[in-house]
Amino acid sequence: MSDAAIAAGVSASRTSVLRGRALMVVLTAIALVVLPLLPGFESDFARSLLTQMAIAAVFALSFNLLFGNTGLLSFGHAVYFGLGAYAAIHCMRAINHGLPLPIVLVPLAGAIGGLLSGIVFGALTTRRAGTIFALISLGVGELVYAAAFILPGLFGGEEGISASRTKAVIDLGFPLASQLHVYYVVIAWAIIAAMLLHAFIRTPVGRMCHAVRDNPERAEFVGYSAQRVRFISFAVAGLVAGIAGGLHAINYEIVAADAVGAQRSGTVLIMTYIGGIGHFSGPVLGAIVITWLQSSLSAYTAAWQLYLGLFFMLMIVYAPAGLSGLLLRHRRIAHGGALARVLGSYVVAAVPIVIAMAGAVLLIEMSYRLATQPELGTRMRLLGMSLDAASTWPWVLAVCSLAGGLALLRMTLPLVRVAWQRALQAP
Amino acid sequence: MLELATVSLLNGIVYGLLLFMLSSGLTLIFSMMGVLNFAHASFFMLGAYFSYQLGRWIGFWPALVIAPVLCALVGAAIERYGLRRVHASGHVAEILFTFGLAYVIEELVTMAWGRNAVSNDVPTAIDFALFHVFGSTFPAYKGLMMAISVAMFGALYLGLKRTRIGLVIQAALTHPKMVSALGHDVPAMFVLVFAIGSGLAGLAGVIGGFMLLTQPTLAHSIGPIVFVVVVVGGLGSLSGAFIASLLIGLLQTFAVAIDYSLLDVMRSAGMVVTRASPMYELLAVKVATVAPVVPYLLLVLMLIVRPRGLLGTRDV
Amino acid sequence: MSRCKRIATGIGFAATLLAASAWADVKIAFIDPLSGGGAATGILAQKTHQFYIDAINAAGGLNGEKLELLSFDNKVNPQESLVQLKRALDEGARYVVQGNGSGVALALTDAIQKHNERNPGKEVLYLNYAAVDPVLTNEKCNFWHFRFDSDADMKMAAMVDVIARDPKIQRVYLINQDYSFGKAVAAAAARMLKEKRPDIKIVGDELHPLQKVNDFSPYVAKIKASGADTVITGNWSNDLVLLVKAGRDAGLKVNWETYYGDSPGAVTAIGEAGVDTLKHVSEWHRNASSELDTSIAAFSKRYSGKENEFVYWRIKTMWDMFVAAAKKAQSNEPAKVARALEGLKMNTGVGEVEMRADNHQILQPLFVSTLVRGTKFDSEGTGLGWKTDAKVDAKATALPTTCKMERPK
Repeated sequence: MSDAAIAAGVSASRTSVLRGRALMVVLTAIALVVLPLLPGFESDFARSLLTQMAIAAVFALSFNLLFGNTGLLSFGHAVYFGLGAYAAIHCMRAINHGLPLPIVLVPLAGAIGGLLSGIVFGALTTRRAGTIFALISLGVGELVYAAAFILPGLFGGEEGISASRTKAVIDLGFPLASQLHVYYVVIAWAIIAAMLLHAFIRTPVGRMCHAVRDNPERAEFVGYSAQRVRFISFAVAGLVAGIAGGLHAINYEIVAADAVGAQRSGTVLIMTYIGGIGHFSGPVLGAIVITWLQSSLSAYTAAWQLYLGLFFMLMIVYAPAGLSGLLLRHRRIAHGGALARVLGSYVVAAVPIVIAMAGAVLLIEMSYRLATQPELGTRMRLLGMSLDAASTWPWVLAVCSLAGGLALLRMTLPLVRVAWQRALQAP
Repeated sequence: MLELATVSLLNGIVYGLLLFMLSSGLTLIFSMMGVLNFAHASFFMLGAYFSYQLGRWIGFWPALVIAPVLCALVGAAIERYGLRRVHASGHVAEILFTFGLAYVIEELVTMAWGRNAVSNDVPTAIDFALFHVFGSTFPAYKGLMMAISVAMFGALYLGLKRTRIGLVIQAALTHPKMVSALGHDVPAMFVLVFAIGSGLAGLAGVIGGFMLLTQPTLAHSIGPIVFVVVVVGGLGSLSGAFIASLLIGLLQTFAVAIDYSLLDVMRSAGMVVTRASPMYELLAVKVATVAPVVPYLLLVLMLIVRPRGLLGTRDV
Repeated sequence: MSRCKRIATGIGFAATLLAASAWADVKIAFIDPLSGGGAATGILAQKTHQFYIDAINAAGGLNGEKLELLSFDNKVNPQESLVQLKRALDEGARYVVQGNGSGVALALTDAIQKHNERNPGKEVLYLNYAAVDPVLTNEKCNFWHFRFDSDADMKMAAMVDVIARDPKIQRVYLINQDYSFGKAVAAAAARMLKEKRPDIKIVGDELHPLQKVNDFSPYVAKIKASGADTVITGNWSNDLVLLVKAGRDAGLKVNWETYYGDSPGAVTAIGEAGVDTLKHVSEWHRNASSELDTSIAAFSKRYSGKENEFVYWRIKTMWDMFVAAAKKAQSNEPAKVARALEGLKMNTGVGEVEMRADNHQILQPLFVSTLVRGTKFDSEGTGLGWKTDAKVDAKATALPTTCKMERPK
């Protein structure tokens, strides 16, 4: 084939890839717009949950710019989210008092707040990477959290600062009184933030972030200052975290000290890692799953934190690539019968997993009831069964279930392994 | 003034020694395995709970010996069956594993002993005033704590420098890969070090449980400070950790005694500062109010200025 | 009518009745910590609310409807509280009950006011049983918020009255948590002491980070060095228990004037050192009146154990007033109940109470009590119990207010 023909072929396939990607983005956008109008998502609470997920997704994406892309593990990323949120809420207050800006532009104030704090703290902390950076971020996080109580004029102390998202001089005809409208504003900004990050990763500096993560010494030899690359990455991550903070301010109309706190920093870390740090959409997946778990699980069980912690630990040991890593692993075998066989083996292996989990849930729930809620008595309704936690048979059942499930799992796991091997060998 | 200074000195040393007991184990674990063990304070908490429960069954003195051993066993099991599988995934995965572990231990403790603080009262054998200083009493259990802490330092120091296994561990603190290449069973040493570290934290918890409240949030409240000690003291250095603990204990205690703020300094220098001046709130903050965050300030400064810590033998 | 049609109508009628009764519950949302650090107090409060709601239902409900308590865990977090509020509203709650943390209270009162403005006809009423930042019934007062606990300033007034009558008190040290409530306590103490006993010297005004201090010995050293004979503190939960514990360890001999001296664990922590020195101001204590015995015995029968020691008398007052208001309004609609609550007076086991119409602040008797030996009921199995020093009648606790309430038409 001639060179021209090859070149033409290459550019044709490139266009089709880009077209495919653009189509995906458009489809996702349409899906997001339609989602809250579907039956089941029409309640205020469901829409509020979707909004929370979107905000968490933006925050997690910004965290992954630091962690997955630049290799900087931060235990204090909530600082930039929170400072952006505070900037945004002060801006909203100013708008309430007459500043002629539309409320939908408030996340811009958040972005500026996040960017400035990213620049200030980044200059101090990005000189080193690795564990030193992680520990500095921990220290900075604690300091800023303490400052939120010491400077009540700026941070409002424990009560925080509040504002109204409906009281503005400029009226764009889009009142933010209902949760549905807030959701649309948040989604619009979330898409902008995601596109911004996606574009940044494709710039030369963005590419160098990967290089600095993998081999900083070699990056220096290529001519880039590792520290400067980290600093730029930090500033951009701060900017996007600030946007998330601004959206948070609009959604809740109040920002308090926990916006910069250690728990929020820990949660975004868990979200991003569980979602998967290797792929762009991993953090989004993690944000959705964890937000849903945190919100809904506490309604079903008092031991929700234990379940979350165990889930997290299992993911780290058995699936370090995260949920998106797990899902994407199947891309390789996505053709024809191989995938079907693998999925079939999953179904078989799922049975002992469910049995073992049922046993674990029984044990945990009964122990929790006996230890922390004795006055509710020992009669409980678990997994559709009525049982008395004071008697022995539920305990025996639970232990057998757990042990039996694990034993069965040992027997069925080789099936999964064989199915995968066959699938990978297929032409 | 002299009274306040003397009592603060004593309190600072007591608090510092408690911090050392808590962080000596983490220094070992962090220096040797590079694992930033977020669950270290959880072992401290387990030690407090174990000693409370054992104390009710068999009395305080046996509990003082058995509780740390239990913690060491739990630590060994976690390293052998859990953490070991995560080593291959890198330091970040290890940190996150211990992060999750801390959560889980807190919940398990709640499941076993409930949410409220248990009455982990000082046993009558050591519940008396050891001596008086300027009219304040110094309780005996604090004296016991000081003795145990210093003994811990002594034992660790001698153990590391005078025994064969100690020499190997010392080498592994600074050159872990070389030690492995020389044929020592590094994974087994990891289990040993993790177990010792957790046991030490448990021992600290037995006494610490009297000074602080024995409740599920105990680990969470004292955890972050331990990292500060280890980092400020420096990697690979036990003496560094000792000095850093005392430094932080004294710093925090004396800071509480200082009721001055930048505002007072400025005013005594003749500057006029009023409520309307910019940054008034920040300037008016008294040193005493920010005392509990002084360690974090020290952490950030140390990491920026001298990342290897006070007496560290290698970089973090 | 044909037989088929009659049966169909009958079924339809029964179905409507069934449907109507399903909607007949008055749903009350309890939004407080049920997990994490504040869980101990939150769960105890939840049990107390549930106990009184069950009692109301057992007596036939309210205006023909049964009450249902829906619990939501907010982990003492203002944002999480708003999330749970949305969920509660979705599930049909018309009343919100909360108390742990003034930060949460301020977030809730703000959010509820906004919701009520944006959703006329679907208003929600906020019953605050424990958040005592004075600002909630002053600058940030709100028609839809009712507070069933005396605010921090009112409690301080009662405390200072008792201090003023003791000539032995000469040097006072203030130590509080560094946030809105702690600062309010410190400010009120300084102001009121100056008014009533200008000769008392305030030898220290300390603010420490909230729930962050593990070892209070340095603070105790300062208190000792200042020569104070009395310490006034609004500290609660761990901050109080650790403070008095450190004081006991150092052999500090001062009067402890507290708001929350009955925090679980405090009496155990201070032990004998607290006899005749630990005091607290509250709307009741176990030995305040023998009228309390039957009610509390009923509660303790259902919830036994040390962690279920009855703490919230004001919750009983709150539900009694709620029932009275609903009966007076002959409706369970929040707006009507709110109007009936305004100005409502009632007799309780410890005296008369009144809900102020101008700022929705309850006026209830306050007791300043001291820990002593040999009382009829003791605390936490220590053999030590509370004994009344002084009782302030409800009306006498009233303070001027800056509230300018906007009332709905």
